[in-house]
Amino acid sequence: MQMIATTDTQQPLLEARQVWKRFGSIEALRGANFAIGRGEVVALMGDNGAGKSTLVKTLCGLYAPSEGEVRFDGRAVQLSSPKDAQALGMETVYQDLALAPDLDAAANMFLGREVLRGGLAGRLGILDKPQMRRRTVEALTTMKVALKSIDAPIATLSGGQRQSIAVVRAVTWADKLVVMDEPTAALGVAQSAAVLDLIRRVKESGRSVILISHNVPDVMAVADRVEVLRHGRRTARFDRADMSMENIVAAITGALVNEPQA
Amino acid sequence: MTDNSQNRAFRLEDLWSGPMRIVLVLGLIVAVFAIMRFDTFASFANVRNIGMAGAILLVMAVGATFVLITGGVDLSVGAVLVFSGVIAAKVMGAMGSDGWEVAAIGLLAAMAAGTAWGILNGLLVAKAKVPALVVTLGTMGAAQGLSWIIAGEDLRDVPYVLGDTVGVGSIGGIPVLVIIAIAITLLGGLMLQLTRFGRHTFAIGSNPLAAREMGINVDWHLVRVYGLAGLLAGIAGILSLARYGSTTIGGHATDNLQVIAAVVIGGTSLFGGRGSVFTTAVGVLIPATLASGLIMVGLNTFWRDVAVGVVLVAAVYLDQAGRRLTR
Repeated sequence: MQMIATTDTQQPLLEARQVWKRFGSIEALRGANFAIGRGEVVALMGDNGAGKSTLVKTLCGLYAPSEGEVRFDGRAVQLSSPKDAQALGMETVYQDLALAPDLDAAANMFLGREVLRGGLAGRLGILDKPQMRRRTVEALTTMKVALKSIDAPIATLSGGQRQSIAVVRAVTWADKLVVMDEPTAALGVAQSAAVLDLIRRVKESGRSVILISHNVPDVMAVADRVEVLRHGRRTARFDRADMSMENIVAAITGALVNEPQA
Repeated sequence: MTDNSQNRAFRLEDLWSGPMRIVLVLGLIVAVFAIMRFDTFASFANVRNIGMAGAILLVMAVGATFVLITGGVDLSVGAVLVFSGVIAAKVMGAMGSDGWEVAAIGLLAAMAAGTAWGILNGLLVAKAKVPALVVTLGTMGAAQGLSWIIAGEDLRDVPYVLGDTVGVGSIGGIPVLVIIAIAITLLGGLMLQLTRFGRHTFAIGSNPLAAREMGINVDWHLVRVYGLAGLLAGIAGILSLARYGSTTIGGHATDNLQVIAAVVIGGTSLFGGRGSVFTTAVGVLIPATLASGLIMVGLNTFWRDVAVGVVLVAAVYLDQAGRRLTR
């Protein structure tokens, strides 16, 4: 049984300590631990029902933990809504992407955060469309995302391009951490590769990424570390050296445990 | 990184496949009638009549455009028009004079009555989660019934100034009713295209869950959209009083369907997320133009209903076909 040295010598950016989450008599999380450092890409893996979604929703403020604590930047935090998590610099890319298909890229980028013009026009609620378009083009350029058309409704774009808009939007508003829930699940090979590239660029920008995925090759391609959940608690951690298809699959199925179990 | 779609060469098929399609349809209808009966159809008096016929419907259709873009529907507009007119007539009758101040109070009363029904619709749709079709079917019946209960019979307490100026008056040859309808259409159109209110209206119709996840207060926005539709039905109520000099309680049973037909013919999607107030205006003009033209060429006016039915189904078919193409 190998011991894992934390790749980050500093304290983690976001950490779950002994988190329990109960829904009635069901224990979705049973003392789960999780940690991610600054600029790290950590894949959160596990079988269906292992507690990945519950853990992530707890980290994002959608659920309050029944027991245990969530720490951000070394301080215990009480997140009572996704807004609290956003205020800390965390954004989530939902599996449904949370995009409006009839609106263009800029409108989606600024959905719920529309920029108004200055002065009287702004008080009348008039949008500053040129500014939002310009900032959207900048953000897409920074992340090297090419769209067929920036002014077309995003329904006319490919699945990969829509996914990219959702990721770029999250990155634009998240100073510190982006959570991605199965970002490649609905995509073809080339489109998945583009999204993985995007994850690397998010990392290069100094932000951290929590990647929830079932896809072992994708995870091996971009993750710095893997944390595996099983039956509501973390059972294994791998850094790059130990990340292999065999280890990961063994950990997910329960054949391999490298974490001291209480 | 992105191609510049503005610089793309102009193509004829863009004109036909875009929202301007319906303007071409109207142009075609006008051209056919104008060729057949130029002197009468294209006369100023006739254009004026077409405008008058459409003006009150258009005021309601502006509100209905917002409602349909959120993915909802409002069947109550005709009944709310009647109810608002009854309240305004009651208030103005109680004041008993014929001056402008009475008309102004009447307008405020109609606007308040209409907005109240609209907010009730919005609360039931957004908070109680009852489907809009059912909510507005219910408020339609309630508003219509209460109108009869309150009024007893058609009221005619309309200040002389209101009928004389707003009802039949004109400025520079253009009917005041038409000027008011155009002003409301412009305001509504700009609000939809340029403001955050309009943007949220589109976003909610396009994907309500996404709007919620991105922090838009969907429930409150829906209340405001239905409130706006009610407000405009209230204004339509006072305009109708001005025009007919009576509450015409029994005369608006099909307003709701005419309004929805106009909005949909104008290219606004029944499924939400797409639409325009300006093309709604065209959607109002098509039935009005058909009605006027068919009389002039000697055809039974019931052919109008047939033609509007065809245009309506075609408009929804094209919207659906467009969606299949882009998704």
